[in-house]
Amino acid sequence: MMIYGLALLALSFLLGQWVGEVLGSLLGINANVGGVGFAMIFLLIFKEWFLNKGWFKPDMESGIDFWNKLYIPVVIAMAASLNVKSAISSGSLAIAAGVLPVLLAFLIFPMIVKSVKSA
Amino acid sequence: MEQLLKVIDQNGLIVAFLLVGLLTFFSDIFSKKVLKGKIPGSAIAIFIGLVLGYLGGEFSGGEKGLADISIFKGLGTLGGSMFRDFAIVATAMGASFLLIKKSGLLGLVSLFFGITVFFIAGVALAWIWGYRDAVSLVTIGAGACTYIVGPVTGAAIGASSEVMALSIGAGVVKTIAVTILTPILAPRIGLNSPASAMAFGGVMGTSSGVAAGLAATDPKLVPYGAVTATFYTGLGCLLCPSLFYLILEYFI
Repeated sequence: MMIYGLALLALSFLLGQWVGEVLGSLLGINANVGGVGFAMIFLLIFKEWFLNKGWFKPDMESGIDFWNKLYIPVVIAMAASLNVKSAISSGSLAIAAGVLPVLLAFLIFPMIVKSVKSA
Repeated sequence: MEQLLKVIDQNGLIVAFLLVGLLTFFSDIFSKKVLKGKIPGSAIAIFIGLVLGYLGGEFSGGEKGLADISIFKGLGTLGGSMFRDFAIVATAMGASFLLIKKSGLLGLVSLFFGITVFFIAGVALAWIWGYRDAVSLVTIGAGACTYIVGPVTGAAIGASSEVMALSIGAGVVKTIAVTILTPILAPRIGLNSPASAMAFGGVMGTSSGVAAGLAATDPKLVPYGAVTATFYTGLGCLLCPSLFYLILEYFI
């Protein structure tokens, strides 16, 4: 049943967001800390568990895979609903502080990967 | 015509499915025929999305890009944080738990490194632009991390609304810059494995930018980048108004 896969994804999502909110309030900050990351880990754990029990059926996976494949379209819609206009027109500092550190990070990135790999 | 507009108005999300489908179709054709597949269709579609977002803001004067024009409002739902996060979590199905665990340290190191680099660079630029008070410097530095860290930090330490707006602007520009630059620069910085994608998510941080950039580079890398990037905003909200603020205040 496809809906079982979808429900499993929804369960993982809600549990993860919950953990992220609780962690945020424990740390005393008004933000969700890693909710999506925890949800992904929940989904991976549930998948392993279901596979081991032999409960995981191919049509269950299709309920999750639909959302997996819908990911790029969602990102396109997101790009079209960003506040691009005001970001670009909020001044030269906003553009400099948005772009220059990104270029710096692209320069440094290969060094971080190398240093951790060799450590 | 009146009836059609009524149908469009009442079914925003469904209209958004059609719009994104059409946009993807034309981007794919453009990618294959004009660019000979050198830039992936999804990267072009995301870029056109940004341009449309700009035009939408220009015409409507609102804050949600094209989604502020009422016949396109469904794009705001489809591209909103609920569907975005739900779809990102679904990408985990294709990820390997073992690989994530193996590269956990690399991800953690890159998270701290990324937040520090963006914060310091943001503060330095604000300094060059003439800001001298610790509150404004920290808020703009936090905005250079993500557009959520900026206002959360600013609100915590009492920044002016002008500086808060600036920090949000910097964060949104960052998302756009990462989205556009990732597919272009990925081959040159060795961004081609799950481990490097996890480090990339940690360094860049902006979940939307990392996820969109990786989607345009190689969709298989999305879950690995997303799993670290999702901790970036939380960690930034934790460090910027506390530790980073105290350190900066000490120096000024």
